[in-house]
Amino acid sequence: MAATPSATLPSTFLPCPGFRESCRTLNWRTHKKQLVRKAGAVKVRAKFELEPPPYPMNALEPHMSRTTFEYHWGKHHRAYVDNLNKQIVGTELDDLTLEDIILVTYNRGDLLPPFNNAAQAWNHQFFWESMKPGGGGKPSGELLELINRDFGSFEAFVKEFKTAAATQFGSGWAWLAYKANRLDVGNASNPHPSDEDKKLVIVKTANAVNPLVWDYSPLLTIDVWEHAYHLDFRSRRAEYISIFMEKLVSWEAVSSRLEAAKAQAAEREKEEERKRREEEEEYQAGDEVREMYVESTDSEAE
Amino acid sequence: MSWCCCNSVCTSSSRQLLATSDLSSIPSRVSNVGLKQKRSLCGVPKVFAYYGLKTPPYKLDALEPYMSQKMLEVHWGEHHCGYVEALNKQLEKNDMLYGCTMDELIKVTYNNGNPLPEFGVAAQVWNHDFFWESMKPGGGDMPKLGLLQLIEKDFGSFTNFKEKFIEAALTLFGSGWIWLVLNREEKRLAIIKTSNAVNPLVWNDIPLIGLDLWEHAYYLDYKVTHSSSFLLSAKRFFLMCLSLFPLFSQNDKANYVNVFMNHLVSWDVALGRMARAQAFVNLGEPKIPVA
Repeated sequence: MAATPSATLPSTFLPCPGFRESCRTLNWRTHKKQLVRKAGAVKVRAKFELEPPPYPMNALEPHMSRTTFEYHWGKHHRAYVDNLNKQIVGTELDDLTLEDIILVTYNRGDLLPPFNNAAQAWNHQFFWESMKPGGGGKPSGELLELINRDFGSFEAFVKEFKTAAATQFGSGWAWLAYKANRLDVGNASNPHPSDEDKKLVIVKTANAVNPLVWDYSPLLTIDVWEHAYHLDFRSRRAEYISIFMEKLVSWEAVSSRLEAAKAQAAEREKEEERKRREEEEEYQAGDEVREMYVESTDSEAE
Repeated sequence: MSWCCCNSVCTSSSRQLLATSDLSSIPSRVSNVGLKQKRSLCGVPKVFAYYGLKTPPYKLDALEPYMSQKMLEVHWGEHHCGYVEALNKQLEKNDMLYGCTMDELIKVTYNNGNPLPEFGVAAQVWNHDFFWESMKPGGGDMPKLGLLQLIEKDFGSFTNFKEKFIEAALTLFGSGWIWLVLNREEKRLAIIKTSNAVNPLVWNDIPLIGLDLWEHAYYLDYKVTHSSSFLLSAKRFFLMCLSLFPLFSQNDKANYVNVFMNHLVSWDVALGRMARAQAFVNLGEPKIPVA
């Protein structure tokens, strides 16, 4: 989700902008959008906007009703965005991207007040983009290969995902994520410390938490807060999850997110390799200095 | 509190099972799980008790227009019933938990903060029983007698207490409950908010009022109108109009909490609970014997 100047009109619900445009929001990690103009001009305050889902609100009928969208997107999601804007105005969070705000306010689990709104705003945008009219079916290509490799089969993956979503007690989300990080993550403790790197994992999170805080790359999510399914399914969460998997999931979106995640992981590895080489060179260059230090302490001891 | 038969609305099989066992006669819990009867050595069948769905102490349409019949049918008949069924299913697998009272079950499964899988559903069964009893038709207004005195002593005034209660409700994020409790150690009233299924029993406090803040508790009434009641009262019509405007979703919760405090909460029941609590907590001045 990109931060845009507050001078633009608030987003009304426009006709489907097309899938390519929504891909833009999938490259969420690339650049920090700095909205500071040249010296002397007024600094533009970044303000998050509520973007519409990439399809009309009745496009997912009968699996997800228009009424649900009107409340879920039109009230809940809108409230998160508006409240977030109110909370960050004038603070040091004001110029950050949404992802950075989430990471900063997660604060290793000791949540700061803007976290809930920021994370929920991000989660919901991600959720709308995880669905499409005429969705469902099976993934293909590299995504299917990875699913088969990491879960055994597509059916086994679906079963595990459904179980995770159904057993998230209370409010929360279930995620398919790409895990490519090393074991020591900067912002929080890693919940899967013994897993190998670089694999697909299913995680479930409570309330507003999302896998970004563990440095995973989310690929797919389902909202299991009650407001997501109560109007259409009442208490039958399992039915909602099944319908989501069979009729709503946009595997194209998941595949392109996977590509982006792998590209980012590769870039990071190169970066780390480069840094490690630089450090090694420094260490080797610094050897003589180190020996002198050792000698001087010996002489002091005498 | 859980040994009751189901109402006909609930279609669960738990309605067939009645609690007839004498607790003291339940043998060591290494028994066959899932059997309704077990032949002992003398041939007398022993019935193992399951938990049942308790009906609210009023008809399902009695809380109209503040909580609709439809809302109760879904909340009690589907959600609460679902918790009871899930609990019975889980208890079938674990005979160590058999025969506990609901309070014991909650404390045991809470496991000092590392809850067992049964905790969520067990606590939700108890919580909902407590919630239905915390409301009554024609509720709201003010507490009386000793409870009012205690509220005034611990919160300054009833208005202040009400404000704090509503504020706590609105600042709870995610699913959970709001409680007015009597804190045993400090011997004073407190407002507690808990997440998901947690309730004050696990800290050994005594709850007096409970308010369900899971979204399923207010989503139907404060999100959509339904055709069940064609004659809308002025109040419900007003609430309906409110929901049509693009307000923050927080306002739905605020409406629900305000309606609960003004029209639903049963201070009589709270007074009764407080009276019972005084058997366990001495709220008076300590009597220091003079030699």
